[in-house]
Amino acid sequence: MQRYFLNIYIGIKTILIGMFITLKHMFTKSVTVQYPHKKLDIPERCRNLLLNKIEDCIGCYQCARACPVYCITMETIKAFEGENLGLTSDGSKKRLWIPVFDIDMAKCCYCGLCTYPCPTKCLIMTDKYEYSTYKRDNLIFHFTNVDAVKAAELREKDHIRKMEKEK
Amino acid sequence: MLQKEIQREYYNKFVELVVEIAKWLGMYNSLPAIWWFIIASIVAALFFFFIIAVFALIAIYVERKVSGHVQDRLGPMETGWHGILQTLADTIKLFLKEDIIPAAVDRKLFILAPVIVFMTSLAVFVVFPFSEKFVVTELNIGILYVVAISTVVVPGIIMAGWSSNNKWSLFGAMRSAAQIVSYEIPVGLSIVCAVMAAGDLSMQGIVVKQAGGFWNWFIFSNPFTFVAFFIYFLASLAEVNRMPFDIPEAESELVAGYMTEYSGIRWAFFFLAEYGNMLAVSIIAVTLFLGGWQAPFPALEFIPGWLWFLCKTLFLVFVQIWMRWTLPRLRVDQLMYICWKVLTPFAFVCIFGGGLWQVLIK
Repeated sequence: MQRYFLNIYIGIKTILIGMFITLKHMFTKSVTVQYPHKKLDIPERCRNLLLNKIEDCIGCYQCARACPVYCITMETIKAFEGENLGLTSDGSKKRLWIPVFDIDMAKCCYCGLCTYPCPTKCLIMTDKYEYSTYKRDNLIFHFTNVDAVKAAELREKDHIRKMEKEK
Repeated sequence: MLQKEIQREYYNKFVELVVEIAKWLGMYNSLPAIWWFIIASIVAALFFFFIIAVFALIAIYVERKVSGHVQDRLGPMETGWHGILQTLADTIKLFLKEDIIPAAVDRKLFILAPVIVFMTSLAVFVVFPFSEKFVVTELNIGILYVVAISTVVVPGIIMAGWSSNNKWSLFGAMRSAAQIVSYEIPVGLSIVCAVMAAGDLSMQGIVVKQAGGFWNWFIFSNPFTFVAFFIYFLASLAEVNRMPFDIPEAESELVAGYMTEYSGIRWAFFFLAEYGNMLAVSIIAVTLFLGGWQAPFPALEFIPGWLWFLCKTLFLVFVQIWMRWTLPRLRVDQLMYICWKVLTPFAFVCIFGGGLWQVLIK
């Protein structure tokens, strides 16, 4: 009998305690960040969207080899005689045309391994994280300084050069 | 005496109002008198449908906001200012949804069930005194009518559960029926306490007896009705399947209980009935224990009665919501323990003590 009344007493008491706790929380400031209107600062060394500063890229394939999921597709064509492709920002000479430099962000696992071996530090991970699209193809990011017409021209020239070499 | 006057004056006030409008339009003689009664009933039903719908719109928004803030979130924020149009958008979405009747259900019962459930929650509203003037039907056994009608919801729920041909629905319906039937007893007994204090079964009569300041409200008039109020409040939560007594539709075990197979507009009717019941039990609690439309101080009587009524009712609704987001769900055996071993004996003690109080002290 004593236990019965004690039980009821404890029940009522704990309900009141709980109700006051929730009442208190009704007037505390919410922790919600109203995301699309307000964004949290991204940490300095975060790993998000990959960016290749193509004007600095020397086409060395180091990144493509480092990638554990093979999300970087590259095609390079050796510069032809008499062509000067210029220098990168750190002064190394560019020797290759890069008609294709595709990064498939759908495959990317954000490990950042591709950015470490890059000799000219042109492949970096940016703080951009909003790039969802309706089509999966849109997740393939194309970086190239050669337009399609020029690329076809280069490929043809390269083919001819190879044929000549074989002869 | 006072109460008799009020009864004569406001008996079927709503029908009289409709008849007066008809006479004013010069249409009264074109139809037999009984038709005006039917038209008045239909108008009243539509009116209460409107009230429940508007209340549900507001209550769902408030519920989401309160739940958000209790959990240190913000709740809906995007649709309109601070998400104020969120429920409206949800309602439009519900109306546009496909109305699915699964192939294996018992069609007739499946269609009938939400109608019955909603009808009962609508039907209790006719006897509620919203203010000193506005009560649709002044029944002299008003509270008895409320208790009787609100029990009709059980067949509706069992119909929904059985016809859905689904194990979750059936379990939900069985639990709901067991719960409602059990909790009718403490509800009935605590209502008897208030009725004994008032000496009247009519809702308007009960309110009139509580006139003249909050110390005359039955919750404060004697200690036994004070306890009876809390018994009523807890038991009514269980009757309308609200947290912490929401085991009939416990999401984590039963998906959605007896409404699992419903979708679109039929589901909306269940939902509307739920919020209608929420409003109804608050109104009953306010009418029986918190003085209905009476002002808390005689000096404040210049504020219209319906405003007091609205404030008190919405406060109780808020307490229901607040409680929902505080307390976890009870186990089935705990639920029955509270009903049969705690609330019912205490309600009996309240009746006994309240009766003695009436005889000895008053």
